[in-house]
Amino acid sequence: MRTIYFIIQKEFSQFFRDKANIQMLLIMPIIQLILLPMAANYEVKNIQLFIIDFDHSSYSSQMIQKITSSGYIQLAGIGHSYKSGMEALDKDKADILLEIPVGFEKTLIREDEITISASVNAVNGQRASLGAQYLLTILKDFNQEIRTKWVQFPKFKPVPIIQIDHSYWYNPFMNYKQFMVPGILVILLTMIGANMSALNLVKEKEIGTIEQINVSPIRKHHFIIGKLIPFWILGQVVLSIGLMVAWLVYGIIPVGHISLIYLFSSVYLLAILGLGLLISTIAHTQQQAMLISFFIMMIFVLLSGLYTSIDSMPKWAQFITKLNPIAYFVQVMRMVIMKGSGFKDILPHLLSVLGMAIVLIPWAVWNYRKKS
Amino acid sequence: MKQFLIFVKKEWLHILRDRRTLFILFGMPVAQILIFGFALSNEVKNSKIAILDHSNDAVSQYLIQKIEASNYFEIVENLDSDLEIDAVFKKGNVRLVLVFEPAFSEKLLNQHEASIQLISDASDPNVGTTLVNYCSSIINDYQNELLGTTKLPLRIKAEVRMIYNPQLKAAYNFVPGVMAMVLLLICSLMTSVAIVREKELGTMEILLVSPIKPALVIISKTIPYLILSFINICSILLLSYFVLDVPIKGSLVLLLGESTLFIITSLALGMFVSSVTTTQTAAMFGTLVGLFMPTLMFSGFMFPVDNMPVPLQLISNILPSKWFFYIVKSVMIKGLGFYAVWKETLILIGITVFMFVVSIRNFDKRLVL
Repeated sequence: MRTIYFIIQKEFSQFFRDKANIQMLLIMPIIQLILLPMAANYEVKNIQLFIIDFDHSSYSSQMIQKITSSGYIQLAGIGHSYKSGMEALDKDKADILLEIPVGFEKTLIREDEITISASVNAVNGQRASLGAQYLLTILKDFNQEIRTKWVQFPKFKPVPIIQIDHSYWYNPFMNYKQFMVPGILVILLTMIGANMSALNLVKEKEIGTIEQINVSPIRKHHFIIGKLIPFWILGQVVLSIGLMVAWLVYGIIPVGHISLIYLFSSVYLLAILGLGLLISTIAHTQQQAMLISFFIMMIFVLLSGLYTSIDSMPKWAQFITKLNPIAYFVQVMRMVIMKGSGFKDILPHLLSVLGMAIVLIPWAVWNYRKKS
Repeated sequence: MKQFLIFVKKEWLHILRDRRTLFILFGMPVAQILIFGFALSNEVKNSKIAILDHSNDAVSQYLIQKIEASNYFEIVENLDSDLEIDAVFKKGNVRLVLVFEPAFSEKLLNQHEASIQLISDASDPNVGTTLVNYCSSIINDYQNELLGTTKLPLRIKAEVRMIYNPQLKAAYNFVPGVMAMVLLLICSLMTSVAIVREKELGTMEILLVSPIKPALVIISKTIPYLILSFINICSILLLSYFVLDVPIKGSLVLLLGESTLFIITSLALGMFVSSVTTTQTAAMFGTLVGLFMPTLMFSGFMFPVDNMPVPLQLISNILPSKWFFYIVKSVMIKGLGFYAVWKETLILIGITVFMFVVSIRNFDKRLVL
């Protein structure tokens, strides 16, 4: 027990001696936690519309008026040729190019029907389809206005109407920050936990100090426990600071019980540190350790459901998320912080991550012994 | 010049000897482009929903069937009372609950009005609103069915063409984004570490007192990585073309040229990091934590830059990946020529030169001291 205590003491003094460590571990994550969530907003707004009006009739200008006053769509420009419109699309200056044909008003009145064409920049498919939807809805409304002005409908014919009421629970104001901050905190915590532990051990290998430890009377498991505990504590500290930042900067207070978050993070950190440890037994140099952990991390982060919904991933990717500790923690954070989920709700996730810790740490220890 | 080439050769052998790193270096982009090309998308589909049908009659059943038939929804639970809604959300799987009022079809047919309540878990605002929209439009379609097909007068029809990406594939947006991210991170990580390692081990001093200029020493370190990264670019492009079906519409030469420029920018970034750090841990950590998340968030392929607050939009301008993302999108997906991306190219060159100058100055200073 005393041995472990001394190793921990050594690790801590080594850690705090290097100012860069403190900057990397504490200051940078906080700055990121403050800045990054402000960028995270999927909402599709400010659709830029470029209009080519070949008609210049009162209808066409009414229509333009109607579209641009909707709030969703902004006028990026008005051109006189198709070419100028395509240029705006090419340069990302416009999302949609709307052409109003010659004789728009006349044809509409004479032939009861007219087609106008819209070209949508679809490189980003989601933005494109939503933008098109906005435009079509506005056009439909405009169409209806003209119709009621011109045509006398046959008086009252009852049609069945389905009323759709909708309510948004847990986040009625659609605040993206509440959604993103807990997730980003998880990522920062993970990067620190996995990378620092992986690098730390490999460094001893690379510099050669691990040989000394191996020949010293320190038991291997003491050594490993002594290595893991400091990072475990640091992880909890980073989490606490992060939760404070979330509260002070973004006003996020967990609806559920905060102890659930700590309970989960204490198990989670074991799994992540185990992963870092395993990586360090595989790698020979810090560079390798970093590359391997970066490789795994990048896949885990992007497949964690932080950015894109897990439900919409293909089956094989959903399977990977089952083995992805980050995915569980991101989900648990959101559940506890936003919905107030309880112990029973997070229990399956907790058990999965516990299982990972139980597999990873002995695996790493076993691998470590075999190597040295 | 001859000495310089010898230095390059030395570095080259150094990298080739390390099989494990090489494997990761080549394997990483391949794995990533495949995973992200296939798995990531902003679309919302297969969402799990629950039904609370107080009426359980022909119309409600018909509507439920219609909703299940669309590939946006997957019904996982049938609830019996309002009290269960909160519990089912808290467990975390269900995103939307549809509540049919009692005697739904009777009300619809006799009183001509019936109501459906859509309750969505908006803890994820994007999924929450999207699902409500999808579901409402399916219900509206049904309502139109009830109305029958009377031809309305004075119709304005809109013909919508999706250009550049008619099938609305997510990969068209993600491939350029992943290219920017993977190249930036791999290149800057590799150079930053390669230089700092010499510092940490003390061999940098030896290199700096060698007869060739410090700048050349450092450049010779980056050249092997330039070659490796170029091979990486080619494998990424081959994969996205043949496996992900993302076309290369513009000039391949231009695309490769711009990519090379971006590789050089990233290498310069790595040099910059290594000129301000002293340990490998700090260098790698700085590169990784400092670049990975910001690149992901600010380069525009995940979140629209327009939505960000103005100060963040300004920050995003100093990120090389933002400009490269725009260039790849324009050349590869839209098929535009150099005239469309010359400004962005100049910005990348500017960033590169700036970082080279600053980092070489930093190294020179160390030599004088």
